[in-house]
Amino acid sequence: MSVAAFTVFFCALFVGAFFCLYRLQQGPTPPDRMVAIDILGTLLVGFCALFALASGSDFYLNLAMAWALLSYVGTIALAKYLQGKEFDE
Amino acid sequence: MSSVAYFLIGLGVLFDLFGTLGLVRLPDLYNRLQAGTKCVTLGTCLILIGAAVGHGSAEFVIRALLCAVFVLLTSPVAAHALARGSHLGGFKLWEKSVVDKYEEDADKVRQQAGGDGVSA
Repeated sequence: MSVAAFTVFFCALFVGAFFCLYRLQQGPTPPDRMVAIDILGTLLVGFCALFALASGSDFYLNLAMAWALLSYVGTIALAKYLQGKEFDE
Repeated sequence: MSSVAYFLIGLGVLFDLFGTLGLVRLPDLYNRLQAGTKCVTLGTCLILIGAAVGHGSAEFVIRALLCAVFVLLTSPVAAHALARGSHLGGFKLWEKSVVDKYEEDADKVRQQAGGDGVSA
């Protein structure tokens, strides 16, 4: 039961990640690609948590926390860039 | 692992999957941002809570819940900043969109933002 359930969960998350990558490659405007990167970051936090549960080592939860905060900073910087401002403002 | 943990993780994975499906299928930057952010934030929080329920040790539970709080705080703020930045940067809505409340006082917002946003 456990292995089969985790296989299904991981496959579904991989499909979601491929949807994000499709939008990243296809998106007609730059903000579309930024949205795809932002959502891929949030998806990977969930992936890390699931991997921590499946492997039994909670090191991957540290990875998830760091990824959540870094993805936030990166998205804020890209939003400032979209607005047409310089980064040091 | 209890069946509650399986249920929570499965629900979260489904939310993630449908959110990213909306990212592919919807017509517009703002629609995609809304669908993706709402569904994927809830889905990731459900996965984290399910992992906490399933593992059960104190270190794991504290870290997973802290991570859920981080996601819940940062993801909507990042999405709002992206939407605001791209609207001020002059990226248009879908042509069949019916209402744009932000455009009605966009001049005021642009003056407030320093006036150097790229004109639409």
